[in-house]
Amino acid sequence: MIPEVGHYALVLALALGLIQSVVPVAGARRRDAALMRLADSTALMQFVLVALSFLALTICYVTSDFSVATVFENSHSQMPLIYKITSVWGNHEGSMLLWVLILSLFGALVAAFGSNLPAALKAHVLAVQSWIACAFYLFILLTSNPFARLSEAPFEGRDLNPILQDPGLAIHPPLLYLGYVGFSIAFSFAIAALIEGRIDAAWARWVRPWTLAAWVFLTLGIAMGSYWAYYTLGWGGFWFWDPVENASLMPWLAGTALLHSAVVMEKRDALKIWTILLAILTFSLSLIGTFLVRSGVLTSVHAFATDPTRGVFILVILVLFIGGGLALFAWRASTLKQGGLFAPISREGALVFNNLFLTTACLTVFVGTLYPLALEAITGEKISVGAPFFNLTFGPLFVALMFVIPFGPLLTWKRGDLLGVAQRLMTAFAIGIAAIAIAFVGQGQSVFAPFGVGLALFVMLGALTDLVERTGLFRLPLATVRQRAAGMPRSVWGTAIAHFGVAVSMLGIICAGTWGTERIAVVKSTQTVSLSGYDLSFDGLVQRPGPNYNALVAKFTVRGGGVAVGTMEPSKRSFSARGMTTNEAALMSRGLGQLYLSIGDSNNDGSIAIRLYYKPMVLLIWIGAVVMMLGGALSLSDRRLRVGAPKPAAKSALAPAE
Amino acid sequence: MTRKQRRLVLIGASLGVLAVAAALVLSALRDSIVFFNSPTDVAEKHISPGTRMRIGGLVKPGSVERGDNLHVLFAVTDGKTDIRVRYNGIVPDLFREGQGVVAEGKLESDRTLAADTVLAKHDERYMPREVVDALKKSGRWQEGQTQDVRGKPQ
Repeated sequence: MIPEVGHYALVLALALGLIQSVVPVAGARRRDAALMRLADSTALMQFVLVALSFLALTICYVTSDFSVATVFENSHSQMPLIYKITSVWGNHEGSMLLWVLILSLFGALVAAFGSNLPAALKAHVLAVQSWIACAFYLFILLTSNPFARLSEAPFEGRDLNPILQDPGLAIHPPLLYLGYVGFSIAFSFAIAALIEGRIDAAWARWVRPWTLAAWVFLTLGIAMGSYWAYYTLGWGGFWFWDPVENASLMPWLAGTALLHSAVVMEKRDALKIWTILLAILTFSLSLIGTFLVRSGVLTSVHAFATDPTRGVFILVILVLFIGGGLALFAWRASTLKQGGLFAPISREGALVFNNLFLTTACLTVFVGTLYPLALEAITGEKISVGAPFFNLTFGPLFVALMFVIPFGPLLTWKRGDLLGVAQRLMTAFAIGIAAIAIAFVGQGQSVFAPFGVGLALFVMLGALTDLVERTGLFRLPLATVRQRAAGMPRSVWGTAIAHFGVAVSMLGIICAGTWGTERIAVVKSTQTVSLSGYDLSFDGLVQRPGPNYNALVAKFTVRGGGVAVGTMEPSKRSFSARGMTTNEAALMSRGLGQLYLSIGDSNNDGSIAIRLYYKPMVLLIWIGAVVMMLGGALSLSDRRLRVGAPKPAAKSALAPAE
Repeated sequence: MTRKQRRLVLIGASLGVLAVAAALVLSALRDSIVFFNSPTDVAEKHISPGTRMRIGGLVKPGSVERGDNLHVLFAVTDGKTDIRVRYNGIVPDLFREGQGVVAEGKLESDRTLAADTVLAKHDERYMPREVVDALKKSGRWQEGQTQDVRGKPQ
């Protein structure tokens, strides 16, 4: 009964979606307020229905109703409750349901909080949002029905893939989807603006909070996924340039660019057409990401099924929305009015530079991800494009971008004084150079790493310089500084913090990647292995049963400088339902670095193969991402973004300092 | 500067960055990509020693020899041809005789592969696609097996 309710609710949502796709547009044509307002209620109701459908599926999982095919395929009665719930989206069908749940959530939020939007714009935005929703409802109902029943209910389920039975991966997809799908709002706004043929600074002010919110979630989702890969895949890497990872990185890069170009549009009424294009491209990349992950065209760490009907269906959605969006853009963009003027050396100029490099970096990731697929489709030749490719292409572009980050916020709008800014950054620059020298002398292995460390420090100090300059710290009396700091818009703090975070992540990546140490060995009981000043002695193997698995635990005592600092217990879990084992690495944080220990095969004589890493500063990678996210969230809480869209002229006269 | 000049500066800069990116991509594509081969391809294609490549197939039953210090020697087969693979390190959990495997490394002059990466399949139901293709090409693929490819993490 419950699965049928869920199925039915989804069908109803589709019906409402079809109404919402047409009626508000007709309403906007005829200037009929009642017809346009209809979109509000349908958007809210769509969300309620999809939520109901999602709830129904969750109940099926929680109660282990194995008569439902997806529950049988992906759940097990012995699993802990938390994994019963997370396995709802731990498979293709359920994750698509989560996708539309979040899509309808964003639609409902626009309906609920967009009361200050012009009626026609809102009607168009909700209609476009509904076009996307309908496409995906159809996709689920026709090709991936999560509620399909089995004619005979099996007694026991086939268990969730053990790799996914992990708290990190439990919350990774919802966060990622909040980001991915959140960009749909920017897309809908862009299409609505093109339909209306009108766009102004206020448009950017409406779009920016949505983009920022999506970006915050996507940042966190990517960081989460990378941490999960780090501790679960057992070889200590945190980013593999795997197509599935790239699928989330590309919208992030484009979204970051969009975030910055929307600022220019909001403040200076410039870069309008580019911002619209970027909004379309960002969501297009989200769709491409969905296609890559969901259609099964990839072989990867996250590899999974090939099912052509689904692939072709998503491909059709892709072509419809990306092709349609770009065609509309080509047709209507010329009708949009030109924006303001600015000199190349100015805040706008710096943001253009940012956009140029972010989108180009995104393009290189795009090529590296899709070229192997295209090559195989055309010539049948199979290649793999891995880290070396991305280090050679993405790397230099990102380094150039990093170097310019500190200059951007210090430049003034319209026409900047590069020399003055350079002078103000002298301290940061000098410390960066000093760091390069120290790092270079301190170690002899790498030329690039000291340079990277210096660059990261330069960006961090540059972000602080911006704050110091604005508050007048060290120049003005403390009381004035406090007053200025309190009066500063939160978006300024947000910018500085987010830029600081990027550099923190970069520092972590460089240090862990360059100065990490590694040891692979076979150890017998009571034997000791040493690495980077730590001694690990092996205390033997024990069996430890879990709820739906059996763990083989290797016990190690860790000594640092002769003093016992703790124990590490890496393990291997065998899941009988799927005949699979997973590797649970043991992590021990020492300051910002980590010891990382995972085990391989055990031999008959009681010895065991181990992989031991010491990764200095590795935690900075994820701390940096959290700092970035906090910067974004702080920016989002800026009053300016919450209070509707005041007249642009009045506002820019009040706040020329930014 | 007039609007036109400014636009020219912008377009010039964009093209410059794009050209640099294109140059980077092209040079990286020449140097850092790795081709995938089946054991039969390796035998037939006259690939010069020292080339980095990936090979895929099944671990030949009875071929696995484990030496000291985690040295492993095994043969990858597609049913027609075998290629010996040397590897030093921990093999994946699901590395077993008769199972699918993908190895990446340098081809030595004696036609063995000195692998630095060995990937095995993820779970009982999943087989790396490259392995499936290699087996299909050599005609050792039984159609009934396609269902086994339907494992789908995430």
